[in-house]
Amino acid sequence: MSFSLRNTFLVLFVAGLYVLEGTTDFWIFSGSPDSALKMLNFALISAIMALGVNLQWGFAGLFNVGIMGFVALGGLAAVLISMPPTEGAMAAGGWRVLLGLVMGAATIVLTVLVRAKMPAGTARVLATIILLVGGFFLFRWVFDGGVEGIEAINPALFGNIGGLNFGGENYKDYGWMAIVAWPVGGLFAAAAAWVIGKTALGLRSDYLAIATLGIAEIILAVIKNEDWLSRGVKNVTGLPRPVPYEIDLQNDPGFTEKAASWGLDPMTASTLYVKIGYSLLFTVFLIALLWLAQRALSSPWGRMMRAIRDNETAAEAMGKDVTARHLQIFILGSAICGIAGAMMVTIDGQLTPTTYQPLRFTFLIWVMVIVGGSGNNFGAVLGGFLVWWLWVMVEPLGLWIADVTTAGLDPTNWFAIRMSEFGAHMRLLTMGIVMLLVLRFSPRGLMPEK
Amino acid sequence: MDYLNALVALANFVIVPGLAYGAQLAIGALGVTMIYGVLRFSNFAHGDTMAFGTAITILFTWLFQSWGISLGPLPTALLALPFGIAGCALLVLGTDRVVYKFYRAQKAKPVILVIVSLGVMFVMNGIVRFVIGVRDINFADGERFIISARDFKEMTGLDEGLAIKTTQMITVVVAIIVMALLFYFLNKTRTGKSMRAFSDNEDLALLSGINPERVVLVTWLIVAALATTAGVLYGLDKSFKAFTYFQLLLPIFASAIVGGIGNPVGAIAGGFTIAFAEVTITYAWKKVLTYVMPESLEPDGLVQLLSTDYKFAVSFAILIIVLLFKPTGLFKGQSI
Repeated sequence: MSFSLRNTFLVLFVAGLYVLEGTTDFWIFSGSPDSALKMLNFALISAIMALGVNLQWGFAGLFNVGIMGFVALGGLAAVLISMPPTEGAMAAGGWRVLLGLVMGAATIVLTVLVRAKMPAGTARVLATIILLVGGFFLFRWVFDGGVEGIEAINPALFGNIGGLNFGGENYKDYGWMAIVAWPVGGLFAAAAAWVIGKTALGLRSDYLAIATLGIAEIILAVIKNEDWLSRGVKNVTGLPRPVPYEIDLQNDPGFTEKAASWGLDPMTASTLYVKIGYSLLFTVFLIALLWLAQRALSSPWGRMMRAIRDNETAAEAMGKDVTARHLQIFILGSAICGIAGAMMVTIDGQLTPTTYQPLRFTFLIWVMVIVGGSGNNFGAVLGGFLVWWLWVMVEPLGLWIADVTTAGLDPTNWFAIRMSEFGAHMRLLTMGIVMLLVLRFSPRGLMPEK
Repeated sequence: MDYLNALVALANFVIVPGLAYGAQLAIGALGVTMIYGVLRFSNFAHGDTMAFGTAITILFTWLFQSWGISLGPLPTALLALPFGIAGCALLVLGTDRVVYKFYRAQKAKPVILVIVSLGVMFVMNGIVRFVIGVRDINFADGERFIISARDFKEMTGLDEGLAIKTTQMITVVVAIIVMALLFYFLNKTRTGKSMRAFSDNEDLALLSGINPERVVLVTWLIVAALATTAGVLYGLDKSFKAFTYFQLLLPIFASAIVGGIGNPVGAIAGGFTIAFAEVTITYAWKKVLTYVMPESLEPDGLVQLLSTDYKFAVSFAILIIVLLFKPTGLFKGQSI
């Protein structure tokens, strides 16, 4: 892997953008190291998501627009692993909910088996309908009772089943469980991807897109409405974190002394310390995933994937199992998005289902991959950093444009009123224009595939 | 046991809303299916095209209202609709010129066009937000009800009321007019026939001297008209919010595919299928069942199969079932 001059320049340019944000308050930059680090942390997460999408699109040509769903599932995993269990929830209905879910799954398995055994005809259709309808009502009867039990437990604070953190009241001391939750987030997303892939991967490319778009909405609807699982729109807050808390650092005499010796006040020093901690953790994950993806790309498996992408018919004629390979890479890519989703909930410290929007979590990641260079892992990561920077900075940029264009205008002027809201709306416009320009004039992205 | 009250309750909560929503979806799906049939890609920007047309219509509605022009009992938006369509047509024709034409000349793969339409979606969404903001806008004026629940109860002496909103009636009437015009155009006029020929077999159509650019132009004009009409009807019935139009994309795609993508009759059938499925599955049947069932069998719960928040799941489940068992849709659509 040899970086050309052009690629080195691109990397330095993007790195420079982040350094400028942290060091100078000239023009649209804030000049606060804190905001630059925050931006960097989210850029790292975005880069991981872009890596996952690049695996699916760049390696295999799978058009997945349900990234938001996998990200949200990863976030759910962060709650279910790193939060402590709600006291009495299992007894009040947890087992019943589990039984209901098992029965629901059993209904589907049974129906599939019966359909496989019976000859096609009216009898089979009837049997399918009876099994599904009967199973559904049985499932709802068992399941609803359990849900009622769980949601009745102190709804203002809990009302959900909680997680697996065994620290009980002191669960925040077990911050390492948050890191455990990240790969579990990947597993959750992988399981969902398996189900989706099994049903939808045989479809043509734009049907797959519509199918994944729909599934993402459904996953989100579940997270928003199944209060027993995720507290729904009441949000889960106070998730434990793998890095120390600012307040603990400020109360630690050793830390304050150290901060003073650097010439920083304890407050600033503690927030920087926490953010740098996250940056290091995320960087480790990103590098590990990048290394794995790079190894996969240059392995015989990676060559096979690209051969399938470039000519499915020829690959199939050579004896490659196209559907199975597609399923494999769909699961892997989705799992990476799930990991990133769990990271995001950990750094936010809360799961807020209403913040998941397809424009932000699906289509923005697509812009990253396309701008960076689909088929090139480094390109996807670079795209992640660059587009995230743009996504954050477009708002101050929009405000600046609004200031310049309406200077001297009466503030009640129609144009001035519209422009005052311009900053907030410019994000989507800019993303769209950047995407269209790249697609038109540099369809292989900034760092094209070799 | 009281069948009459049960029927009225059913009409009030299921049939009337289902018909109106179905008509809105059908017109939206017609737009998607036209683009698919002629330009051969799934247009992800359709929801935002609808939002843009509606936004322009709302601006003209406000203008007319400020001039004191109104349609009496009917919403002023109907008068502004042609202007909205014109604005939307300018936008989609501009988009076609600047964006899609290049890929058409290249004969790009459909999936590339879909990705391009994602970019267009972003831009249109940004434009809509800039033009009209992100607030919830209610622009329906005129008479609110043709018949309100209370009047209906007084008139008939029944316990259940049947309310029919003016907007629901307008939706259904406009939908019938739009569909009639569209089918007349596609089946009887020369341009319409050339469009169908182009959609069936592009090479053969080119050989017989059909001008492809003209077909594309007419298609975009029709799509602009359909998208704006669907958007305005939906906005009159519910309210206008840029983000909900993006979310309409899923049921609209589902309608087009369930009916058979590329087939206009299918789009209409699909729209009503999806709408009625959504309404019946998320409706709490307790009220209707209480009237119909003997007292001993009256249900305790709400008898709601799924909570309303899962309405996407319903359209989606139907979509998956159709794709798995009948990939060309209910009516024979294209399946490339």
